[in-house]
Amino acid sequence: MDDLRGLTRREALLGGAATLAAAGIAGAQAPAAPKPGRAKSVIQIWVWGGPSHLDTFDPKPEAGQNYCGPFNAPIATNVAGIRINENLPELAKIADKYAIIRSLTHGNNGHETASYITQTGRTPGPGPVYPGAGAVVSLFKGADAGYKGLIPPYIVLTELQGRFSEAGFLGYKAKPFATGGDPAQARFMVEGVVAQGISEQRQRARRDLLHRLDTFGAAMGGDARVAELRRSEEQAYDMILGDAGKVFDLSQEKDDVRQAYGRSTFGQSCLMARRLVEKGVPYITINYPGWDTHKQHFPAMRRKLPEMDRGMAALISDLSQRGLLDSTIVWWGGEFGRTPAVQWEAPWDGGRSHYGQVFGAVLAGGGFKGGRVVGASDARGEEVKERPVHPAVVLRSIYTQLGIDPNAKLPHPQGLDVRVAPATLEAGGPVGVLQEIM
Amino acid sequence: MAQAGMTAQDPRPKASPEAAAPFELAREPEARCRLDEILFAELKRKGIRPARPCSDAVFLRRASLDAAGTLPTADEARSFLADKRPDKRARLIDALLARDEFVDFWTLRWCDTLRVKAEFPINLWPNAVQAYHRWVREAVRVDMPYDRMARALLTASGSNFRNGPVNFFRAVQSKDPASVARAVALTFMGCRTDRWPRARLDGMALFFSQIAYKHTLEWKEEVIVWDQARASAPKAPRSAMLPDGSRSALTADRDPRFAFADWLTRPGNPWFAAAAANRVWFWLMGRGIVHEPDDLRPDNPPSCPALLAELQRELVAGRFSLRSLVRTIMNSSAYQLSSIPRSTGPAAEALFAAYPVRRLEAEVLVDAINQITGTTETYSSPIPEPFTFIPENKRSIALADGSTTSAFLELFGRPSRDTGMALERSGKPTAGQSLHLLNSSHILQKLQRGPAMLDFFTSARNTADGVERLYLAILSRFPTEAEKAAAHSYAGPALTQAEIVDLAWALMNGPEFLCKH
Repeated sequence: MDDLRGLTRREALLGGAATLAAAGIAGAQAPAAPKPGRAKSVIQIWVWGGPSHLDTFDPKPEAGQNYCGPFNAPIATNVAGIRINENLPELAKIADKYAIIRSLTHGNNGHETASYITQTGRTPGPGPVYPGAGAVVSLFKGADAGYKGLIPPYIVLTELQGRFSEAGFLGYKAKPFATGGDPAQARFMVEGVVAQGISEQRQRARRDLLHRLDTFGAAMGGDARVAELRRSEEQAYDMILGDAGKVFDLSQEKDDVRQAYGRSTFGQSCLMARRLVEKGVPYITINYPGWDTHKQHFPAMRRKLPEMDRGMAALISDLSQRGLLDSTIVWWGGEFGRTPAVQWEAPWDGGRSHYGQVFGAVLAGGGFKGGRVVGASDARGEEVKERPVHPAVVLRSIYTQLGIDPNAKLPHPQGLDVRVAPATLEAGGPVGVLQEIM
Repeated sequence: MAQAGMTAQDPRPKASPEAAAPFELAREPEARCRLDEILFAELKRKGIRPARPCSDAVFLRRASLDAAGTLPTADEARSFLADKRPDKRARLIDALLARDEFVDFWTLRWCDTLRVKAEFPINLWPNAVQAYHRWVREAVRVDMPYDRMARALLTASGSNFRNGPVNFFRAVQSKDPASVARAVALTFMGCRTDRWPRARLDGMALFFSQIAYKHTLEWKEEVIVWDQARASAPKAPRSAMLPDGSRSALTADRDPRFAFADWLTRPGNPWFAAAAANRVWFWLMGRGIVHEPDDLRPDNPPSCPALLAELQRELVAGRFSLRSLVRTIMNSSAYQLSSIPRSTGPAAEALFAAYPVRRLEAEVLVDAINQITGTTETYSSPIPEPFTFIPENKRSIALADGSTTSAFLELFGRPSRDTGMALERSGKPTAGQSLHLLNSSHILQKLQRGPAMLDFFTSARNTADGVERLYLAILSRFPTEAEKAAAHSYAGPALTQAEIVDLAWALMNGPEFLCKH
């Protein structure tokens, strides 16, 4: 069953149910068969650790120093009435290209559980461990759906989340390929694709040696398991020696393009993500660490925000200029927000803790309408004021834009009837979609 | 280094009797014990030819990997191959079963089944993982009779930090009685309850409905107790249905978990010994007689019922000593068949007509690579608190916590330990795994800078010596003449460092190294 155990009744009333009720069509069914989606790829900027909603896309200067700290002068964007943190000037210039959700809520303050809720739409409980959005999308858009690329359909730049099982019960098939390496270095050493100091000539010679010494493979004849290993090896060499691996060669980009994204690991990851989208990779996660700022939050934000601003704005603009934004969803968000009331006391010294009661996300491209704000938090950013949105609503919206039926069955190892995304919340009522931006 | 001019044709050796020579003996297998008699008779009846007996080199490698999760060293290989005693295989088995690595590796297997994991969604937390792992390891070390081990796990009470086995009841995604019953059925009965009628699960859940979980003043400590108030409540059920349909009385003066454990471990229980015997066979042979090994049900019968019955008999007659059962199986001709099949097809596979080829487990593989190159892995578990420090020389098979961060172990199919199901561990090859082994900096650095490799660079006297030592260290055997010739044509008479690296790399990327066989 697709129920969401563990949610409070208030939370259970979240999502599309509220919107539909407000529109006077309470009880209406969520649309059954989604239209063929226009989106082909997702770039998930996973703002790992929990970015402060107040210090990014939901500024509250009127709440005073104890809430906004030194960030008391948010800037206007190119969309009338929308303002964002003053450290995000590049994003302010393109607010017409993205929607801001200011009323996400799940009420959970633990990293692991909140990561799971925001990326699966489910609350952990008995039964299966669900796959995250990347695994689901790569399942529906990957090899079984005709994706022919040699690049794996689900790429993580650069490290796995570690505290989150991306694939859930889908298992090894749905696991992402984590690149390792650092795209901001002179050469992006994608783990396994590029080996330092091994020339192409030596690569070919040693591969020949490997085959010459394969006495066991010969003895085993046509054994299926040995054949499987050979296939994996051949695919790997298509990446090492073939053209497939060239997508990771960022030196093919013009210098001013690399500069525009910023020479940080995050900026160059954004550029890398664009190159992967151009190759048709359906799901790319940029794991962007450093946002779990319990202590000295504001100095950390002064470092992080400009870097994020530059990379993310360059990505959205570049996709737009190349005509790819319409078919690419850029999804920015973390597992939760951070406590609106600043903890000035030691040992935090101006810190913010975990906050799942209300937080934000950004959606751009893939058919989502830009220049919009969904929902609102209260004057201090402590509670949802309007239009509470459960993470499952965001996920159903993304799946819908991709043309993936959120009610489709997922293959389960024990044959259980499990669906792409929950259709109902615990106390009843459908999980809707973000109709106002679709 | 050899010329890079690649020919279009496949340079691999062709299948031939010479190719098979290093891996098998040129004779028919003989039945040596009751297991063999049963299995060989069944194969004969089905018209399936068993494989030939495996060679000594293959046996050494296989037995070390299966029993101790550890690759033989070059010295071990040399001395075992030189040993002329007719009972050297039995001696090797005894020696392996006495090693610490045996304890580590079989603890790892049990910890997969018992879901030993600190983090989401099991959330045992690090301190409790250590207590749980330590208890399981001690049970394996002293070869605690399996019925006692099961009983201890099922009836434990106390603190999760202080009494390891209580964590069995915490190592579930939800602590409601039905979820606990599901875990008990999977672990000790080899049953997946989603195939059961609901009434059977509900009946069994009653035995676990009086467990209380209490927090203490110590952070993340949880005490598991029998909540007697629930047992003596006016509406408390007076009896509960066991999975075989019989009823057991529940009284206010006894924790019902004991009644369940009594029933489970009683002689003649239709699931308990069968599930354990099948699991041990699966762990050694890569496939259960009932397949999958934790899916016992009437419509999924064993491929050879008499074989499973004999293993069960052995287990009970040996007073539930799992180590004795391992010893019996490993000494059988059935276990010692070569992996080169003479009959193929699903029936031959289901009846173990050849030893099944399968990729090394993630932990075993990385330990083997480290052993060859003299390197270690850096493991740590920085979250959640308390921080778990893991010494640099800790082998991967000895890791306690299934959520210890490791990209390598993830990539190579370490089980998530979410459910305890055997199929969580994947041996499936992927392109990503090949990329990593063929070309990652992780592996390359071990080969270029590992202390054992540096030693090799300075001590290899000539190509013949170097090649022989690499073969012994990596494949636990001497090279064939054809292999020596291929190595010589690559390297010339004096080995350079790069050539040593390339030879080791080539041996470590072939199926002979990557698989158990």
